Amino acid sequence: MNDGMKIHLRIWRQPNGKAEGELVDYTIENVSPEMSFLEMLDVLNQQIIAKGEIPIEFDSDCREGICGSCGIVIDGVAHGPVKGTATCQLHMRHFKDGDTIVLEPWRANAFPIIKDLVVDRSALDSIITAGGYVSVHTGSAPDANANLIGKYAADKAMDAAACIGCGACVASCPNASAALFTAAKISHLVNLPQGLTERARRVRNMVEAMDTAGFGNCSNHGECQAVCPKEISIQTIAVMRREYLRSLTFDYAAAGDIAAGSD
Amino acid sequence: MNEQQSKKLDSKVPAGPLAEKWDKHRFDSKLVNPSNKRKFTLIVVGTGLAGASAAASLGELGYNVKAFFIHDSPRRAHSIAAQGGINASKNYANDGDSVWRLFYDTIKGGDYRAREANVYRLAQVSEAIIDQCVAQGVPFAREYGGVLANRSFGGAQVSRTFYARGQTGQQLLLGAYQAMMRQVDTGKVTLFKRREMLDLVTIDGRARGIITRNLLNGEIEAHEGDAVLLCTGGYGNLFYLSTNAMNSNATAAWRCYKRGAMFANPCFTQIHPTCIPVSGDHQSKLTLMSESLRNDGRVWVPLKAGDKRPPSQIPEQERDYYLERRYPSFGNLVPRDVASRAAKAVCDKGMGVGTTGQAVYLDFAEAIGRLGEAVIRDRYGNLFDMYEMITGENPYKTPMRIYPAVHYTMGGLWVDYNLMTTVPGLFALGECNFSDHGANRLGASALMQGLADGYFVIPYTIGNYLAGGGLDKVSADQEEFKTVMAEVNGRIGKLLGIKGKRDPRDFHRQLGKIMWDNVGMGRNEAGLKTAITEIGKLREEYWQNLRVPGEPTTLNKYLEFAGRVADYFELGELMARDALHREESCGGHFREEYQTSEGEAQRRDDQFAYVAAWEFKGDKAEPEMHKEELKFENVELKQRSYK
Ligand SMILES: Cc1cc2nc3c(=O)[nH]c(=O)nc-3n(C[C@H](O)[C@H](O)[C@H](O)COP(=O)(O)OP(=O)(O)OC[C@H]3O[C@@H](n4cnc5c(N)ncnc54)[C@H](O)[C@@H]3O)c2cc1C
Ligand code: FES
Repeated sequence: MNDGMKIHLRIWRQPNGKAEGELVDYTIENVSPEMSFLEMLDVLNQQIIAKGEIPIEFDSDCREGICGSCGIVIDGVAHGPVKGTATCQLHMRHFKDGDTIVLEPWRANAFPIIKDLVVDRSALDSIITAGGYVSVHTGSAPDANANLIGKYAADKAMDAAACIGCGACVASCPNASAALFTAAKISHLVNLPQGLTERARRVRNMVEAMDTAGFGNCSNHGECQAVCPKEISIQTIAVMRREYLRSLTFDYAAAGDIAAGSD
Repeated sequence: MNEQQSKKLDSKVPAGPLAEKWDKHRFDSKLVNPSNKRKFTLIVVGTGLAGASAAASLGELGYNVKAFFIHDSPRRAHSIAAQGGINASKNYANDGDSVWRLFYDTIKGGDYRAREANVYRLAQVSEAIIDQCVAQGVPFAREYGGVLANRSFGGAQVSRTFYARGQTGQQLLLGAYQAMMRQVDTGKVTLFKRREMLDLVTIDGRARGIITRNLLNGEIEAHEGDAVLLCTGGYGNLFYLSTNAMNSNATAAWRCYKRGAMFANPCFTQIHPTCIPVSGDHQSKLTLMSESLRNDGRVWVPLKAGDKRPPSQIPEQERDYYLERRYPSFGNLVPRDVASRAAKAVCDKGMGVGTTGQAVYLDFAEAIGRLGEAVIRDRYGNLFDMYEMITGENPYKTPMRIYPAVHYTMGGLWVDYNLMTTVPGLFALGECNFSDHGANRLGASALMQGLADGYFVIPYTIGNYLAGGGLDKVSADQEEFKTVMAEVNGRIGKLLGIKGKRDPRDFHRQLGKIMWDNVGMGRNEAGLKTAITEIGKLREEYWQNLRVPGEPTTLNKYLEFAGRVADYFELGELMARDALHREESCGGHFREEYQTSEGEAQRRDDQFAYVAAWEFKGDKAEPEMHKEELKFENVELKQRSYK
């Protein structure tokens, strides 16, 4: 392509979690505006390999903004300049010839760096393990239409359930808090009758897991909402707080033994 | 039938009337006593819909489950990307659906190349899947009155598809993932993240373990168990460009093939009609635009070849709504294989649109006029946004441009009614088996099958296997494990040692082109023979001129790709071989020599109403084909018609 752009890149290179990292300069030519950001990196990697050097590691899988694998801080913004867009969906038409772009990994205590732009986000899984589910064994479900759920509630639940677990909320938060991630799951489930039975136990366990995993506290900066590729609202965090307060006043004694799982 | 059923393939389909087979089989199956379940360790490879639902259900039953996956989190499995929906014969729409109709549509949609008993069971358990998912909190779309909403999908005239906006796979997978994480919390399921299964270990002819590579530090590890459940998805990525995720691959299934599991119908590939067209050489994958869009979108091309006017300036009478014209009763909702071929046909004749001429329009103007933009946004908002992000065009204002792309593989490891492969103790679930979709999968049926296998089939059939006994304790220190580990290490060393000039993706792109041109939407004898020769040549170059950068002891994606591409060469050749032997057209397999005068696929039931299962005979030898004859006792074999 002869009308391609020339782009300067400053990319975080770090061979492993223990080593020091640094920004390294690259220049790539003939970038087509039709390319996705990650395709631009693919092409750059091909050039790096041809030179006998080590390619840049970054995570990606679906490249459709749904699996949550990708995640690069682009010019200081998690997932880059376009709102409601994961890194893999960002296209080069949003940049211009001669631009310099800085690429860094998610940075948070709970997300150790593995290599270059790849971090370990397992801490998010540990929050779900603590209670992000409805305890229903396979085979024990009633007919799907036995519970009527209004369209409004179903839509609210879906809005929150759309979270892709990419961790951009954590990466953009000055406190590296996972509040938006956790709140999204709590809001999803509490908007549905199926999620109500375990609501008190769920919120307490998940909030505790969030602290244990080393995420910071939420102090309402709202940066998470601004970068979320699914535009999940911080209203979910208000829901989580309300649920948490409710759980503190919940009468476990009357409801039975918490360890036995009823609340 | 020209040859008889192979003795090596026993489908184990229970006797008795179709509708009673599964019930009776469950009753006849041996059970594992609850206190014995905890003595068994089951290896589940993959945490997509099939793997996560199996791991969760088996953990709940009390088995010890070890779950392995490539990603950093099990929730990222490729199932997450499914958009359109999941079928079930609930008949909530009161429009005539039933278990029988779902069964019939699936057999017919698969062009009569699937096993009746399996498909009937799939339809039977479909309803329980929806119940289960709703109970887990899957936020399916609802009507104002609070009941579940349905939409139609290709190949069906009833509305039986349940959906969660355009993110159905995501929500179903999160449901299964969360159920699995509950078992992680109880300690019944242990997760092994960022692991790639690179081989299968058999002891006394039974699957007893796997060899994995820890993708973070390159360690080669051995894991033992009492059975292995392969849930590793499809091999569409073999074509380089497909709608599959970047990490989807064939390696686990292929390694099992080389350890004795037969590979069935490898040439049955689904080319999906509605994907965003290729934009240039840099293209890394293709994006699907859900088939559900065909509910409201109308497909057309200009009547005149080479018409370069923008779509808004082409008047109605100069447009060809070719699907509505050729298939008046199904219209835009014909099955995928039919829609894809029709798109190729108009583009081959020069009517294609866009800069490359390899695209057709999918137009929503009429639906927006009829229903209003708000309704369309509610139904497909996220798909429209995705289209705009990728193409920079607004589909509310101008028609989408779409073209077919590789999407799904109906072929896969051969399994019997119990989902067991020809290696005892090795089971295959979800897209990696060949079981239910024949030569063409209907939309919204893969999610159904993955969850059917994991939630409702394997929990019963694995019990029967385990209760059969004879599973002595094995340990990963045993000789059998060490031998396979050494082979795996050898293979990695070989890939790194070539130190040639071309990177693995570069080879892969070239292989993909050979496959797309010759083993794609239209296939013929000469092309398939060319493919076999060219794949052979390219593979030879691969082993001499490959360059894998970096070290084996760290995260090294190009090393991962290199191993997968090496396997694609071998599987690609088998696909071409299978396509060459199948001298008929059926479903997604269109042999140009076998078509009706109207250009429709022509099956040859007298010769090819069988499953072709290929057995590995050694690296230098040709594989041997075995036949499982398909008996149709409940449906009549007919030429498919969607007119
Ligand atoms: C874009 C898109 C949209 C789709 N939409 C629909 C739809 O609307 N309705 C429908 O019914 N179907 C749809 N499908 C098809 C459907 O999504 C898939 O067939 C299905 O999800 C496959 O599920 P699975 O569990 O078999 O495998 P996958 O979800 O592919 O999971 C494979 C798992 O195996 C793991 N794995 C793979 N290889 C290895 C290895 N060597 N070692 C360790 N782990 C490994 C992966 O990490 C992953 O966890 C769609 C497919 C695509 C591509
Ligand atoms: S790669 Fe899946 S969200 Fe970006």
